[in-house]
Amino acid sequence: MATEHALTPSGYISHHLSFNTQAIGEGSFWTIHVDTLVMSVLLGVIAMGLIWWVVRGATAGVPTKRQAFIELLFGFVDDQVKNIYHGNRHSFIAPAAMTVFVWVLLMNAMDFLPIDVVAKGLAAVGIEKWRSVPTSDINTTFALALTVWFLMIFFAIKAKGLGGWIHELFCSPFGTNPLIWPANFLFNLIEYVSKPLSHSLRLFGNMYAGEVIFLLLGLWAATGVTGTIAGAILGAGWSIFHILIVALQAFIFMMLTVVYLAMAHESH
Amino acid sequence: MDIGFTLVAQAIAFFVLIVFTMKFVWPPLLNAIETRQKEIADGLAAGEKGRAELEQSSKRAAEALAEAKQKASEILSLAEKRATQIVEDAKGTAKAEGDRIITGAKAEIEQEINRAKEGLRQQVSTLAIAGAEKILRKEIDAKAHAEILTAIAQEL
Repeated sequence: MATEHALTPSGYISHHLSFNTQAIGEGSFWTIHVDTLVMSVLLGVIAMGLIWWVVRGATAGVPTKRQAFIELLFGFVDDQVKNIYHGNRHSFIAPAAMTVFVWVLLMNAMDFLPIDVVAKGLAAVGIEKWRSVPTSDINTTFALALTVWFLMIFFAIKAKGLGGWIHELFCSPFGTNPLIWPANFLFNLIEYVSKPLSHSLRLFGNMYAGEVIFLLLGLWAATGVTGTIAGAILGAGWSIFHILIVALQAFIFMMLTVVYLAMAHESH
Repeated sequence: MDIGFTLVAQAIAFFVLIVFTMKFVWPPLLNAIETRQKEIADGLAAGEKGRAELEQSSKRAAEALAEAKQKASEILSLAEKRATQIVEDAKGTAKAEGDRIITGAKAEIEQEINRAKEGLRQQVSTLAIAGAEKILRKEIDAKAHAEILTAIAQEL
Protein backbone atom coordinates (compact mmCIF):
# COMPACT_ATOMS: atom_id res chain seq x y z
CA MET A 1 0.00 0.00 0.00
CA ALA A 2 1.10 3.53 -0.69
CA THR A 3 0.66 4.50 2.91
CA GLU A 4 3.28 2.00 4.04
CA HIS A 5 5.85 3.48 1.70
CA ALA A 6 4.88 7.05 2.36
CA LEU A 7 6.46 6.80 5.79
CA THR A 8 9.97 7.03 4.35
CA PRO A 9 10.93 9.47 1.59
CA SER A 10 12.96 6.91 -0.34
CA GLY A 11 10.11 4.43 -0.08
CA TYR A 12 7.66 7.02 -1.39
CA ILE A 13 9.83 7.90 -4.35
CA SER A 14 10.81 4.37 -5.24
CA HIS A 15 7.17 3.35 -5.03
CA HIS A 16 6.16 6.02 -7.49
CA LEU A 17 9.06 5.29 -9.78
CA SER A 18 8.63 1.56 -10.06
CA PHE A 19 6.81 0.07 -13.01
CA ASN A 20 3.97 -2.36 -13.01
CA THR A 21 5.97 -5.20 -14.53
CA GLN A 22 4.84 -8.45 -15.95
CA ALA A 23 7.29 -11.20 -16.77
CA ILE A 24 6.63 -12.89 -20.09
CA GLY A 25 9.79 -14.98 -20.24
CA GLU A 26 13.19 -15.66 -18.73
CA GLY A 27 15.58 -12.78 -18.01
CA SER A 28 15.11 -9.09 -17.37
CA PHE A 29 14.50 -8.34 -21.06
CA TRP A 30 11.34 -10.39 -21.13
CA THR A 31 9.41 -8.23 -18.77
CA ILE A 32 6.93 -5.73 -19.98
CA HIS A 33 5.83 -2.54 -18.27
CA VAL A 34 2.09 -2.95 -18.20
CA ASP A 35 1.49 0.64 -17.08
CA THR A 36 3.58 2.12 -19.86
CA LEU A 37 2.04 -0.10 -22.49
CA VAL A 38 -1.54 0.36 -21.35
CA MET A 39 -1.26 4.12 -21.00
CA SER A 40 0.54 4.67 -24.29
CA VAL A 41 -1.65 2.38 -26.35
CA LEU A 42 -4.78 3.77 -24.72
CA LEU A 43 -3.68 7.33 -25.41
CA GLY A 44 -2.62 6.51 -28.95
CA VAL A 45 -5.86 4.77 -29.74
CA ILE A 46 -7.97 7.50 -28.13
CA ALA A 47 -6.08 10.35 -29.80
CA MET A 48 -5.82 8.93 -33.28
CA GLY A 49 -9.27 7.41 -32.98
CA LEU A 50 -10.75 10.79 -32.11
CA ILE A 51 -8.93 12.44 -34.96
CA TRP A 52 -10.01 9.66 -37.29
CA TRP A 53 -13.61 10.01 -36.13
CA VAL A 54 -13.54 13.74 -36.91
CA VAL A 55 -11.73 13.23 -40.19
CA ARG A 56 -14.21 10.61 -41.35
CA GLY A 57 -16.90 13.27 -41.38
CA ALA A 58 -14.57 15.88 -42.84
CA THR A 59 -16.09 18.09 -45.46
CA ALA A 60 -14.51 20.44 -47.94
CA GLY A 61 -17.32 22.87 -47.23
CA VAL A 62 -17.79 24.85 -44.04
CA PRO A 63 -15.95 22.84 -41.36
CA THR A 64 -17.39 22.10 -37.96
CA LYS A 65 -15.54 23.40 -34.92
CA ARG A 66 -14.14 19.91 -34.31
CA GLN A 67 -12.88 19.69 -37.85
CA ALA A 68 -11.47 23.21 -37.66
CA PHE A 69 -9.49 22.19 -34.59
CA ILE A 70 -8.07 19.13 -36.34
CA GLU A 71 -7.31 21.23 -39.39
CA LEU A 72 -5.45 23.66 -37.16
CA LEU A 73 -3.33 20.78 -35.94
CA PHE A 74 -2.92 19.57 -39.52
CA GLY A 75 -1.83 23.01 -40.68
CA PHE A 76 0.62 23.37 -37.81
CA VAL A 77 2.31 20.04 -38.52
CA ASP A 78 2.16 20.49 -42.27
CA ASP A 79 3.79 23.93 -42.09
CA GLN A 80 6.64 22.61 -39.98
CA VAL A 81 7.26 19.68 -42.30
CA LYS A 82 6.97 21.87 -45.40
CA ASN A 83 9.80 24.08 -44.19
CA ILE A 84 12.13 21.17 -43.58
CA TYR A 85 11.34 18.52 -46.15
CA HIS A 86 10.85 19.39 -49.79
CA GLY A 87 9.85 16.03 -51.22
CA ASN A 88 6.37 14.53 -51.19
CA ARG A 89 5.69 14.99 -47.50
CA HIS A 90 2.09 13.80 -47.66
CA SER A 91 3.00 10.21 -48.39
CA PHE A 92 4.80 9.53 -45.11
CA ILE A 93 6.74 12.19 -43.25
CA ALA A 94 3.90 14.58 -42.46
CA PRO A 95 1.51 11.90 -41.18
CA ALA A 96 4.34 10.43 -39.13
CA ALA A 97 5.13 13.84 -37.69
CA MET A 98 1.50 14.34 -36.76
CA THR A 99 1.33 10.96 -35.06
CA VAL A 100 4.51 11.63 -33.11
CA PHE A 101 3.39 15.07 -32.03
CA VAL A 102 -0.08 14.10 -30.88
CA TRP A 103 0.98 10.91 -29.21
CA VAL A 104 4.00 12.31 -27.39
CA LEU A 105 2.04 15.39 -26.36
CA LEU A 106 -0.67 13.27 -24.77
CA MET A 107 1.79 10.89 -23.12
CA ASN A 108 3.70 13.86 -21.70
CA ALA A 109 0.45 15.42 -20.57
CA MET A 110 -0.15 12.46 -18.24
CA ASP A 111 2.35 14.25 -16.00
CA PHE A 112 -0.47 16.62 -15.06
CA LEU A 113 -2.38 13.84 -13.34
CA PRO A 114 -1.88 14.23 -9.59
CA ILE A 115 0.36 11.24 -8.86
CA ASP A 116 -0.86 10.45 -5.38
CA VAL A 117 -4.54 10.70 -6.30
CA VAL A 118 -3.95 8.29 -9.18
CA ALA A 119 -1.92 5.98 -6.92
CA LYS A 120 -4.61 5.98 -4.24
CA GLY A 121 -7.36 5.39 -6.76
CA LEU A 122 -5.52 2.48 -8.36
CA ALA A 123 -4.55 1.07 -4.99
CA ALA A 124 -8.24 0.97 -4.14
CA VAL A 125 -8.81 -1.41 -7.06
CA GLY A 126 -5.75 -3.48 -6.16
CA ILE A 127 -3.10 -2.03 -8.46
CA GLU A 128 -0.09 -1.22 -6.36
CA LYS A 129 2.35 0.17 -8.85
CA TRP A 130 1.48 2.45 -11.69
CA ARG A 131 3.42 5.05 -13.63
CA SER A 132 1.10 7.15 -15.69
CA VAL A 133 3.65 8.93 -17.88
CA PRO A 134 4.80 6.60 -20.66
CA THR A 135 7.42 9.07 -21.87
CA SER A 136 9.20 8.96 -18.53
CA ASP A 137 9.87 5.31 -19.33
CA ILE A 138 13.08 5.01 -21.33
CA ASN A 139 11.54 2.11 -23.20
CA THR A 140 8.98 4.39 -24.82
CA THR A 141 11.36 7.13 -25.84
CA PHE A 142 13.89 4.62 -27.11
CA ALA A 143 11.19 2.78 -28.99
CA LEU A 144 10.15 5.98 -30.74
CA ALA A 145 13.70 7.09 -31.42
CA LEU A 146 14.74 3.67 -32.72
CA THR A 147 11.71 3.45 -34.96
CA VAL A 148 12.63 6.83 -36.38
CA TRP A 149 16.23 5.64 -36.65
CA PHE A 150 15.26 2.56 -38.67
CA LEU A 151 12.96 4.65 -40.83
CA MET A 152 15.85 7.05 -41.35
CA ILE A 153 18.12 4.28 -42.57
CA PHE A 154 15.29 2.85 -44.65
CA PHE A 155 14.66 6.16 -46.36
CA ALA A 156 18.37 6.81 -46.81
CA ILE A 157 18.74 3.49 -48.63
CA LYS A 158 15.54 4.04 -50.54
CA ALA A 159 16.64 7.50 -51.68
CA LYS A 160 20.25 6.68 -52.52
CA GLY A 161 20.30 2.96 -53.03
CA LEU A 162 22.24 0.57 -50.81
CA GLY A 163 25.47 1.33 -52.64
CA GLY A 164 24.91 5.05 -52.41
CA TRP A 165 24.23 4.80 -48.72
CA ILE A 166 27.35 2.77 -48.03
CA HIS A 167 29.34 5.10 -50.26
CA GLU A 168 28.11 7.99 -48.19
CA LEU A 169 29.05 6.23 -44.97
CA PHE A 170 32.67 6.16 -46.09
CA CYS A 171 32.98 9.19 -48.33
CA SER A 172 31.24 11.95 -46.48
CA PRO A 173 31.63 14.42 -44.94
CA PHE A 174 35.39 14.76 -45.46
CA GLY A 175 36.01 13.43 -48.95
CA THR A 176 36.40 10.38 -51.16
CA ASN A 177 40.09 9.72 -50.55
CA PRO A 178 40.50 6.11 -49.27
CA LEU A 179 42.89 7.37 -46.58
CA ILE A 180 40.13 9.25 -44.81
CA TRP A 181 37.53 6.53 -45.15
CA PRO A 182 37.99 5.46 -41.52
CA ALA A 183 37.56 9.03 -40.33
CA ASN A 184 34.41 9.39 -42.39
CA PHE A 185 33.02 6.11 -41.17
CA LEU A 186 33.79 6.94 -37.55
CA PHE A 187 32.14 10.30 -37.98
CA ASN A 188 29.03 8.76 -39.48
CA LEU A 189 28.97 6.04 -36.85
CA ILE A 190 29.02 8.62 -34.07
CA GLU A 191 26.27 10.52 -35.84
CA TYR A 192 24.13 7.43 -36.24
CA VAL A 193 24.60 6.47 -32.60
CA SER A 194 24.13 9.94 -31.19
CA LYS A 195 20.95 10.65 -33.11
CA PRO A 196 18.65 8.13 -31.39
CA LEU A 197 20.40 8.67 -28.06
CA SER A 198 19.90 12.42 -27.99
CA HIS A 199 16.47 12.05 -29.53
CA SER A 200 15.20 9.69 -26.86
CA LEU A 201 17.16 10.85 -23.82
CA ARG A 202 16.11 14.48 -24.25
CA LEU A 203 12.45 13.56 -23.97
CA PHE A 204 13.02 10.95 -21.29
CA GLY A 205 15.17 13.28 -19.19
CA ASN A 206 12.68 16.10 -19.30
CA MET A 207 9.70 13.98 -18.40
CA TYR A 208 11.52 11.95 -15.77
CA ALA A 209 12.87 15.09 -14.11
CA GLY A 210 9.42 16.60 -14.16
CA GLU A 211 7.99 13.56 -12.48
CA VAL A 212 10.73 13.53 -9.83
CA ILE A 213 10.13 17.18 -9.00
CA PHE A 214 6.43 16.45 -8.55
CA LEU A 215 7.43 13.63 -6.22
CA LEU A 216 9.75 15.89 -4.22
CA LEU A 217 6.99 18.46 -3.87
CA GLY A 218 4.70 15.66 -2.75
CA LEU A 219 7.27 14.67 -0.14
CA TRP A 220 7.45 18.20 1.12
CA ALA A 221 3.69 18.32 1.35
CA ALA A 222 3.83 15.32 3.68
CA THR A 223 5.93 17.20 6.30
CA GLY A 224 3.15 19.34 7.76
CA VAL A 225 0.91 22.34 7.18
CA THR A 226 3.73 24.64 6.02
CA GLY A 227 5.04 21.98 3.70
CA THR A 228 1.57 21.30 2.35
CA ILE A 229 0.96 24.97 1.54
CA ALA A 230 4.42 25.44 0.05
CA GLY A 231 4.14 22.15 -1.83
CA ALA A 232 0.73 23.07 -3.21
CA ILE A 233 1.86 26.49 -4.37
CA LEU A 234 5.10 25.20 -5.89
CA GLY A 235 3.28 22.20 -7.32
CA ALA A 236 0.82 24.52 -9.05
CA GLY A 237 3.69 26.63 -10.35
CA TRP A 238 5.58 23.61 -11.58
CA SER A 239 2.45 22.25 -13.25
CA ILE A 240 1.94 25.51 -15.09
CA PHE A 241 5.56 25.59 -16.16
CA HIS A 242 5.27 21.94 -17.07
CA ILE A 243 2.58 22.75 -19.62
CA LEU A 244 5.29 24.51 -21.56
CA ILE A 245 7.72 21.62 -21.17
CA VAL A 246 5.13 19.04 -22.19
CA ALA A 247 4.21 20.91 -25.37
CA LEU A 248 7.78 21.95 -26.11
CA GLN A 249 9.22 18.46 -25.73
CA ALA A 250 6.50 17.01 -27.95
CA PHE A 251 7.25 19.69 -30.51
CA ILE A 252 11.00 19.12 -30.31
CA PHE A 253 10.53 15.38 -30.66
CA MET A 254 8.38 15.90 -33.74
CA MET A 255 10.82 18.38 -35.26
CA LEU A 256 13.78 16.07 -34.73
CA THR A 257 11.83 13.22 -36.28
CA VAL A 258 11.11 15.33 -39.33
CA VAL A 259 14.67 16.63 -39.53
CA TYR A 260 16.18 13.15 -39.30
CA LEU A 261 13.83 11.74 -41.90
CA ALA A 262 14.41 14.73 -44.17
CA MET A 263 18.17 14.44 -43.81
CA ALA A 264 17.98 10.80 -44.82
CA HIS A 265 16.65 11.93 -48.20
CA GLU A 266 19.45 14.38 -48.82
CA SER A 267 22.66 13.28 -50.41
CA HIS A 268 25.91 14.86 -49.42
CA MET B 1 17.17 1.85 -16.83
CA ASP B 2 15.48 -1.42 -17.45
CA ILE B 3 15.14 -1.77 -21.15
CA GLY B 4 12.94 -4.69 -22.01
CA PHE B 5 10.37 -6.04 -24.35
CA THR B 6 8.30 -2.94 -23.68
CA LEU B 7 10.55 -1.20 -26.16
CA VAL B 8 9.63 -3.62 -28.92
CA ALA B 9 5.95 -3.39 -28.07
CA GLN B 10 6.07 0.39 -28.03
CA ALA B 11 7.89 0.47 -31.35
CA ILE B 12 5.23 -1.76 -32.87
CA ALA B 13 2.48 0.43 -31.41
CA PHE B 14 4.21 3.50 -32.76
CA PHE B 15 4.55 2.02 -36.20
CA VAL B 16 0.94 0.92 -36.25
CA LEU B 17 -0.17 4.40 -35.24
CA ILE B 18 1.92 5.98 -37.97
CA VAL B 19 0.50 3.64 -40.58
CA PHE B 20 -3.01 4.30 -39.31
CA THR B 21 -2.51 8.04 -39.54
CA MET B 22 -0.90 7.69 -42.93
CA LYS B 23 -3.73 5.60 -44.34
CA PHE B 24 -6.87 6.85 -42.67
CA VAL B 25 -6.29 10.27 -41.14
CA TRP B 26 -3.98 12.27 -43.31
CA PRO B 27 -5.33 11.68 -46.85
CA PRO B 28 -8.99 12.60 -46.22
CA LEU B 29 -7.97 15.63 -44.21
CA LEU B 30 -5.55 16.73 -46.89
CA ASN B 31 -8.19 16.14 -49.51
CA ALA B 32 -10.83 18.15 -47.66
CA ILE B 33 -8.47 21.04 -47.03
CA GLU B 34 -7.11 21.14 -50.55
CA THR B 35 -10.58 20.93 -52.05
CA ARG B 36 -11.72 23.79 -49.87
CA GLN B 37 -8.65 25.82 -50.73
CA LYS B 38 -9.35 25.27 -54.40
CA GLU B 39 -13.00 26.20 -53.95
CA ILE B 40 -12.07 29.37 -52.14
CA ALA B 41 -9.54 30.25 -54.80
CA ASP B 42 -12.13 29.60 -57.51
CA GLY B 43 -14.70 31.66 -55.64
CA LEU B 44 -12.31 34.55 -55.29
CA ALA B 45 -11.41 34.33 -58.96
CA ALA B 46 -15.09 34.26 -59.91
CA GLY B 47 -15.74 37.26 -57.67
CA GLU B 48 -12.88 39.09 -59.27
CA LYS B 49 -14.21 38.24 -62.71
CA GLY B 50 -17.70 39.35 -61.76
CA ARG B 51 -16.37 42.62 -60.49
CA ALA B 52 -14.42 43.21 -63.67
CA GLU B 53 -17.50 42.38 -65.71
CA LEU B 54 -19.60 44.72 -63.63
CA GLU B 55 -17.07 47.47 -64.14
CA GLN B 56 -17.00 46.86 -67.85
CA SER B 57 -20.75 46.75 -68.22
CA SER B 58 -21.19 49.90 -66.15
CA LYS B 59 -18.66 51.54 -68.40
CA ARG B 60 -20.63 50.32 -71.40
CA ALA B 61 -23.83 51.62 -69.87
CA ALA B 62 -22.25 55.00 -69.28
CA GLU B 63 -21.07 55.03 -72.87
CA ALA B 64 -24.52 54.14 -74.16
CA LEU B 65 -26.03 56.82 -71.97
CA ALA B 66 -23.60 59.42 -73.24
CA GLU B 67 -24.31 58.37 -76.80
CA ALA B 68 -28.05 58.57 -76.25
CA LYS B 69 -27.68 61.99 -74.70
CA GLN B 70 -25.65 63.18 -77.62
CA LYS B 71 -28.16 61.80 -80.08
CA ALA B 72 -31.00 63.41 -78.19
CA SER B 73 -29.28 66.77 -78.23
CA GLU B 74 -28.57 66.30 -81.90
CA ILE B 75 -32.21 65.53 -82.56
CA LEU B 76 -33.22 68.48 -80.45
CA SER B 77 -30.98 70.87 -82.31
CA LEU B 78 -32.14 69.45 -85.62
CA ALA B 79 -35.73 69.92 -84.56
CA GLU B 80 -35.00 73.47 -83.51
CA LYS B 81 -33.36 74.15 -86.81
CA ARG B 82 -36.27 72.60 -88.61
CA ALA B 83 -38.72 74.67 -86.58
CA THR B 84 -36.90 77.87 -87.40
CA GLN B 85 -36.81 76.82 -90.99
CA ILE B 86 -40.52 76.12 -91.01
CA VAL B 87 -41.17 79.46 -89.41
CA GLU B 88 -38.88 81.12 -91.93
CA ASP B 89 -40.61 79.28 -94.75
CA ALA B 90 -44.00 80.25 -93.43
CA LYS B 91 -42.84 83.82 -93.15
CA GLY B 92 -41.56 83.73 -96.72
CA THR B 93 -44.75 82.16 -98.01
CA ALA B 94 -46.86 84.64 -96.13
CA LYS B 95 -44.83 87.51 -97.45
CA ALA B 96 -45.05 86.17 -100.99
CA GLU B 97 -48.76 85.65 -100.56
CA GLY B 98 -49.14 89.14 -99.18
CA ASP B 99 -47.09 90.51 -102.02
CA ARG B 100 -49.15 88.56 -104.45
CA ILE B 101 -52.37 89.84 -102.92
CA ILE B 102 -51.00 93.37 -102.90
CA THR B 103 -49.89 93.07 -106.50
CA GLY B 104 -53.26 91.66 -107.46
CA ALA B 105 -54.98 94.45 -105.61
CA LYS B 106 -52.70 97.01 -107.21
CA ALA B 107 -53.38 95.53 -110.66
CA GLU B 108 -57.09 95.59 -109.97
CA ILE B 109 -56.83 99.13 -108.77
CA GLU B 110 -54.85 99.98 -111.92
CA GLN B 111 -57.49 98.31 -113.99
CA GLU B 112 -60.22 100.15 -112.18
CA ILE B 113 -58.31 103.35 -112.68
CA ASN B 114 -57.84 102.56 -116.34
CA ARG B 115 -61.42 101.65 -116.68
CA ALA B 116 -62.47 104.82 -114.95
CA LYS B 117 -60.05 106.73 -117.11
CA GLU B 118 -61.47 105.04 -120.20
CA GLY B 119 -64.95 105.81 -119.05
CA LEU B 120 -63.97 109.35 -118.31
CA ARG B 121 -62.27 109.65 -121.67
CA GLN B 122 -65.26 108.28 -123.38
CA GLN B 123 -67.49 110.67 -121.58
CA VAL B 124 -65.09 113.54 -122.15
CA SER B 125 -64.85 112.65 -125.81
CA THR B 126 -68.58 112.31 -126.02
CA LEU B 127 -68.94 115.64 -124.24
CA ALA B 128 -66.31 117.13 -126.47
CA ILE B 129 -68.01 115.79 -129.53
CA ALA B 130 -71.31 116.93 -128.23
CA GLY B 131 -69.81 120.33 -127.50
CA ALA B 132 -68.10 120.43 -130.83
CA GLU B 133 -71.28 119.27 -132.51
CA LYS B 134 -73.16 122.02 -130.87
CA ILE B 135 -70.54 124.54 -131.85
CA LEU B 136 -70.03 123.19 -135.29
CA ARG B 137 -73.59 122.11 -136.09
CA LYS B 138 -74.05 124.95 -138.27
CA GLU B 139 -70.89 124.78 -140.23
CA ILE B 140 -69.53 121.27 -140.02
CA ASP B 141 -70.89 118.32 -141.72
CA ALA B 142 -70.77 115.46 -139.41
CA LYS B 143 -70.26 113.09 -142.17
CA ALA B 144 -67.41 115.00 -143.73
CA HIS B 145 -65.50 115.41 -140.54
CA ALA B 146 -66.25 112.10 -138.90
CA GLU B 147 -62.73 110.96 -139.60
CA ILE B 148 -61.18 113.87 -137.89
CA LEU B 149 -63.56 113.54 -134.97
CA THR B 150 -62.73 109.90 -134.51
CA ALA B 151 -59.02 110.70 -134.54
CA ILE B 152 -59.55 113.34 -131.92
CA ALA B 153 -61.56 110.94 -129.78
CA GLN B 154 -58.76 108.41 -130.14
CA GLU B 155 -56.15 110.86 -129.01
CA LEU B 156 -58.01 111.74 -125.87
